[in-house]
Amino acid sequence: MSAAVEEVVTEAPAVEAVPKRAMTLGTGTSLTVLALLVVAPLFVKNFIIFQMTMLLVYGLAVLALNILTGGSGQFSLGQSAFYAIGAYTSAILMEQYNVNYVLTLPVSGALCFAAGFLFGQPALRLSGVYLALATFALATAMPQLLKLNFLEPWTGGVQGLVVTKPDAPFGLPMSQDMWLYYFTLVITIAIYIASVNLLRSRSGRAFMAIRDNEIAASAMGIDVALYKTLAFGVSAGITGVAGSLGAIVVQFVAPDSYTITLAIALFLGMVVGGVGWLPGSIVGSAFIIFVPNIAESISKGLSGAVFGVLLFLVIFAVPHGARQVAIVCQQALAKYKRR
Amino acid sequence: MTQAQLAQRQDPLLAVRDVSVVFGGIVALNGVSFDMHKGQILGLIGPNGAGKTTLFNCLSRLYQPSAGDILMEGVSILKRPPHRIAEIGIGRTFQNVALFANLSVLDNVRVGTHARTSSDIISDSLRPPWVRRSEASVNKKVHEILGYLDLEDVAHATVSGLPFGTQKRVELARALAADPKILLLDEPAGGLNHEEVHVLGELIRRIRDERHVTVLLVEHHMGLVMSIADHVVALNFGRKLAEGTPGEVQADPDVIKAYLGSKDQ
Repeated sequence: MSAAVEEVVTEAPAVEAVPKRAMTLGTGTSLTVLALLVVAPLFVKNFIIFQMTMLLVYGLAVLALNILTGGSGQFSLGQSAFYAIGAYTSAILMEQYNVNYVLTLPVSGALCFAAGFLFGQPALRLSGVYLALATFALATAMPQLLKLNFLEPWTGGVQGLVVTKPDAPFGLPMSQDMWLYYFTLVITIAIYIASVNLLRSRSGRAFMAIRDNEIAASAMGIDVALYKTLAFGVSAGITGVAGSLGAIVVQFVAPDSYTITLAIALFLGMVVGGVGWLPGSIVGSAFIIFVPNIAESISKGLSGAVFGVLLFLVIFAVPHGARQVAIVCQQALAKYKRR
Repeated sequence: MTQAQLAQRQDPLLAVRDVSVVFGGIVALNGVSFDMHKGQILGLIGPNGAGKTTLFNCLSRLYQPSAGDILMEGVSILKRPPHRIAEIGIGRTFQNVALFANLSVLDNVRVGTHARTSSDIISDSLRPPWVRRSEASVNKKVHEILGYLDLEDVAHATVSGLPFGTQKRVELARALAADPKILLLDEPAGGLNHEEVHVLGELIRRIRDERHVTVLLVEHHMGLVMSIADHVVALNFGRKLAEGTPGEVQADPDVIKAYLGSKDQ
């Protein structure tokens, strides 16, 4: 497993970021995926619905990392820390202060945006592997910070907090799991659309200009320091919302749920989905949720090794991730249509 | 000087005043002064190591002069950070082309409008009508410039795959998108063949005449400078060697000595 991860980390800078035009899906494909996501839960068991919700939650977190790395060219192995801040914010507000779960999401988003923006300041002096290391420190520190004694009245210390699962509102006839799924879906779609808008706009172009050439970006009037920290803020904010949703869905937060392993998983998700290709985020999320299960079903004792082998195969076969698969499919389809 | 006297002499658009740059113990520029007037094409020449690029980098605010001042329309630019130079009308191109390699030609030129537009991340995410209108006007302007520089055919191509000469034109387009008053061109003829240099010279002149841009041309290629510049400043060893019309500078004994060497050496 660790060898596989190392491979990914050193491989990633070599992965070319995609031009912005190719960062999104066509309307037809988008609608098909959307229809699948809306209809699917009606035909499956609650546990599968729960997994699909987590697919969206991690998808959001991978999307957030994609904006940072694919968009502005900065690396982060510290996303688990922002995810944790989001999760704890929701858990504490809901359980200690009886705040409605819906209202905790914007609070998490804003808080994590601020945290990411502030963290981005010192990170400005670092780039590439060094930045990845600095963020790695953030990820290792977070679980310990959450265990601190004086925070225990709020965080519940090592024990963590149990979060009450919300019921479907307005007496809608659906299970809690199904309601949470649709709730998460709406939030995910909203954030996805906003992210696509952002990357297609003046700010998004500034991110990508910085990614490609900082000196030229600055000569065009782009405040490099500002936009780099903004990218960190946006990424952290979205990760925070994902963390909040994750806490509500899992109904539990504890320091050791948010270790560096989560950060690495999100990084893997981004690479498997295709760096800079936003729709790939959901594919990457599926990889980090389902492939460990598949590995376990192949061999219980060696599940980590099997996962590593599967990861190797994917990276070897499609180094540009799901995006590469999508491009191949598109070309094949175009050829078929021409005939 | 009275107001009348000031008005009599046309104020320079850009004034370089006794600029010196010292790196460690090395004096890269030593008290260089000259004026640029509106509508000029000013050629800055000199052998390797003469300080041309150092001066260029002072103008684009990558280097801070150790003495002297640079005035744009009478106001010092030295207190501005590099990213706030575009907004006062100073645009530039780079010696070895510094485009945003993974972006399309369109997006590269769109980035050029950054200094002339405004937005924030929330509005950009939500796309309210004013953002749409702003994007529409950006697109209109970008397409006008692409048409002007004959780049419409490659508008959607990723720049990294384009020929060098085309990339240079994309860089020009990107600089023009910021509506510069002054265009700083860093060795635009580098890497171009004879025919391409000729076309480039025509293009620079056309941009000056039709888009009312003043041009500072830092160039090795003597033929280009002498054929299109109105005014030439020659540097050597960080000092100004000569200044005047192309003919005057070409005939200057110091300039000839700097380029060809003298008998005593």
